[in-house]
Amino acid sequence: MNKLHELTIHQARALLEKKEVSSEALTRSVLERIDAVNTSLNAYITVTPDDAMAQARQADEVISRGETVSLTGIPLAVKDLICTQGTRTTCGSRILENFIPPYDAAVIQKLRRAGAIIVGKLNMDEFAMGSSNEHSAFGPTRNPWNPNRIPGGSSGGSATAVAADMCLGALGSDTGGSIRQPASHCGVVGLKPTYGRVSRFGLVAFASSLDQIGPLAKNVTDCALLLNAVAGYDPADSTSVPQPVPDYTGFLSPDLKNLTVGIPEEYRSTEGLDPDVSRAVTAAVEKIKQLGAKVVPVSLPHTTYAVAAYYVIAPSEASSNLARYDGVKYGWREPGTETLMDMYRHTRAAGFGQEVQRRIIIGTYALSAGYYDAYYGKASQVRSLIIEDFKKAFEQCHVIASPVAPTPAWKIGELSDDPLTMYLSDSFTLSANLAGIPGISVPCGFSKEGLPIGLQLMGSHFAEGTLLKVAYNFEQATDYHTKKPKT
Amino acid sequence: MKITKDEVLHVAKLARLKLTEEAMEKFSGQIADILDYVDTLNQVDTSGITPTSHAISLTNALRDDEPVAHLNREDALANAPEKKDGAFIVPKIIGDHS
Repeated sequence: MNKLHELTIHQARALLEKKEVSSEALTRSVLERIDAVNTSLNAYITVTPDDAMAQARQADEVISRGETVSLTGIPLAVKDLICTQGTRTTCGSRILENFIPPYDAAVIQKLRRAGAIIVGKLNMDEFAMGSSNEHSAFGPTRNPWNPNRIPGGSSGGSATAVAADMCLGALGSDTGGSIRQPASHCGVVGLKPTYGRVSRFGLVAFASSLDQIGPLAKNVTDCALLLNAVAGYDPADSTSVPQPVPDYTGFLSPDLKNLTVGIPEEYRSTEGLDPDVSRAVTAAVEKIKQLGAKVVPVSLPHTTYAVAAYYVIAPSEASSNLARYDGVKYGWREPGTETLMDMYRHTRAAGFGQEVQRRIIIGTYALSAGYYDAYYGKASQVRSLIIEDFKKAFEQCHVIASPVAPTPAWKIGELSDDPLTMYLSDSFTLSANLAGIPGISVPCGFSKEGLPIGLQLMGSHFAEGTLLKVAYNFEQATDYHTKKPKT
Repeated sequence: MKITKDEVLHVAKLARLKLTEEAMEKFSGQIADILDYVDTLNQVDTSGITPTSHAISLTNALRDDEPVAHLNREDALANAPEKKDGAFIVPKIIGDHS
């Protein structure tokens, strides 16, 4: 048998149910694994071992009474921008370093009801702004496949923890690719659900019209199990959608006939597309075709403008959302200032890191008098055209296939002073956030240097089931998801 | 679109950020590059296009006007950097023209 922390969620569920393994032993194994590798990988900002072991013992009692529910006794971890009552939630920022939420986020309430054990809070780019996890006030997370490489971001801690068996599954958040891109770079499965599928109540806001919580998992089955647990309408999030949640594991069946995969013509000419990525994704599409799907070309004519529209809309929303960090209600207050205005300005300058300050400035500029129409107004119109592109494309196909990221994981430090190039690395993922559609990253190969590569599948609103089905069929026909980093 | 140091200073003031001289230098260059890139949006003809602020169109989410449990005062103040007598304490506001 595998070491316990190496189990997948569905394997662990079966063993717990048969009482061949206790949640206490499973959770202890995960905590020991964290102890062994977190110093080098820096995936966790906070670990809560005592609380986790207490929950595990309770879970074992629940199991012994035969009252097991969907995730009873399964050790999970969540990105550190999801509020956990009584456990600090930092957002990877100095400004929230000691913030203890007085309530649980909706997804945490749901995970607890599903019986899951939360072992800790995962590292991230500060306020989810970044594609590399280098913008964390708690130091960069390292890629378990090569510690000199970035794990991707902003849910880099989540992807690293799942890939390195430091939890059985994790939650991240995705505003422009922040689940899918690190999943791709770390060789795990990551799903960004449809906007409104999962409640954002208790998710610290970055860009409210783009943010969405989703699972990162060791394989597609686990991903479906986690989505089952967190999806659904929540009256506390007025943008969550009152639509019934199907059992996503019901989509994991071997049948791709009558399925059409669209390949956007515009993605072929992407500048800077790495040849290894291109080869792996082309081979993956060929494999899906062999499994019975039809492949057709589609067109997303406004693709070239997605990055520009995103880097107006996301910073604009961020500049507004982050106005709440004022040194009054919670978080850091810079000492020694005399007037209110000085307190605000010094507190925010000391509390926010460089990337966050840069985006606040861009957003404030784009929304300021005289520039609003030229920037935010224009970008919001281009957003409408991007949504139209997807609507037309999904008249011709069920899913769209593409790379997740144009290159495998880059070296730590390589782009840290080049924000624009880093923004361009999100070019395949951020359109899905602008359009509110779901997207999944599933492992589809390795670069010559041995770094994981992900295939992205995008679907129309609420087509998570179809994405999981295609990803599952591809996964079952390949062995990339069985490969493990040597860490 | 070029952005001058003075403009960055003005925007930083609007955003309540006290930038260091060094950050100002660095940001004005980087932000100019980003805004240049963003200006490619002007190549798109958007006449008559309705802007989108949310990708999923929902009508207003309303609930019954019934009182429900909410954060109590103690919990609401628990994370405050400075508090007194059940209130948040802030520096002097009156007479602050900075």
